[in-house]
Amino acid sequence: MRIDVRRKQGDFQVTVAFKGASTGVTALFGPSGAGKTSVVQMVAGLVKPDAGLITVNGLCLFDSARGIDLPPERRRVGCVFQDGRLFPHLSVRANLVYGMRRTPPHRRFVTFDAVVALLGIGHLLQRRPAGLSGGEKQRVAIGRALLTSPALLLMDEPLASLDAARKAEVLPFIQRLGREFAIPILYVSHALDEIAQLAARMVVLGGGRVQAISDPVFGAG
Amino acid sequence: MAFLHLTPAELAALRLSLWVSSWAVAVSLPAGILTAWVLARTHFRGKNLLVGLVHLPLVLPPVVIGYLLLVLMGRNGPIGSLLERYLGVVVAFDWKGAALAAAVMAFPLMVRAVRLSLENVDPGLEAAARTLGAGPFRVFFTVTLPLMTPGIITGAILAFARSLGEFGATITFVSNIPGRTQTLPLALYSLTQVPDGESGAMRLCLLSVLVAMAALVGSEVLSRRFAALVRG
Repeated sequence: MRIDVRRKQGDFQVTVAFKGASTGVTALFGPSGAGKTSVVQMVAGLVKPDAGLITVNGLCLFDSARGIDLPPERRRVGCVFQDGRLFPHLSVRANLVYGMRRTPPHRRFVTFDAVVALLGIGHLLQRRPAGLSGGEKQRVAIGRALLTSPALLLMDEPLASLDAARKAEVLPFIQRLGREFAIPILYVSHALDEIAQLAARMVVLGGGRVQAISDPVFGAG
Repeated sequence: MAFLHLTPAELAALRLSLWVSSWAVAVSLPAGILTAWVLARTHFRGKNLLVGLVHLPLVLPPVVIGYLLLVLMGRNGPIGSLLERYLGVVVAFDWKGAALAAAVMAFPLMVRAVRLSLENVDPGLEAAARTLGAGPFRVFFTVTLPLMTPGIITGAILAFARSLGEFGATITFVSNIPGRTQTLPLALYSLTQVPDGESGAMRLCLLSVLVAMAALVGSEVLSRRFAALVRG
């Protein structure tokens, strides 16, 4: 995974370049206003960089020099947002298969049963998102992104809106993701304790720039 | 109970009214959704002009709208003559014209209701759907449109009720021909103009109230059912 992007938003200039591990968790750390969300949106294809390059496992998602800019639906980047963003009019099951049904069968390497078992959401399938707890919602959101069999899993502060107990409930599932499915994860957070438990590599952002890149300093992974 | 017995002419007016209003809603709904989407989601120069144009029927006297329709869509009008030559469709002095007049008059109400519901749809959900592999059109039909359902129901019912009550534009554009363009309000008006018309007028008056109430209660039930669906 290689990300090298520049974008000017009003007075704020984002200039971020780093390489992420091709497996395991790369953490993007920084306080709010550091430019994390901008980077996430550029990788997901929801916001266009002014210039730069984004490649994931050999697939070029964006390259201003070559005029490549894949739309979000063709990037194969599975996104988990802070607020879950489950579709309120669909059941949990329909939410889970929304992206899976749009992934061609020969590309699928993540199966419905494996995801449901891993995330422990089998008993929720018939429910509506509105009836779920915060932790359950995030587990479903993770499952929904996983089921697209993505080339990269992008997690944007997936635990930030949960209390400590719910966080402790979801964190082990994220830890298991990297092991069970060989999908690289870009994990965005402003909480060092989460990163310490998850990531092998950390990119520190501040003021729209990369401040530091650290390899396993926490001894976790 | 003989008082409540509808005459064939009154029954024809009721049938025509329901027919005309249904068509008015059916035809204006796709256009209303498209217009609401353009107003809520796009920015372009001269957008205020479009906003004004859409809302014009709300502020103009209905007779003016009817007259404009007559000038534009009549058999000799610039649009009406083209319709007749290429599609063989004549709307003037026909139920289709009544439906058109009703649709134009109800259009602003529909667009307002639909636009309001569209503005309540979280763009974050649409972005999430894109990242899950759905293209813009698919996102619209699987996420945006279903979440707009309450506003679409409200807009359709409002437009239906407004169409049932349409008088000024209809009588100016397609006249008051029994069995052909004479809708409930027009029939009621005619009955008030003849001696011994009072009981008929009262029947149609009650009928209008009944149909309007049924439409409103129906929309309330549908909206509540949808809310329950989303709540889980």
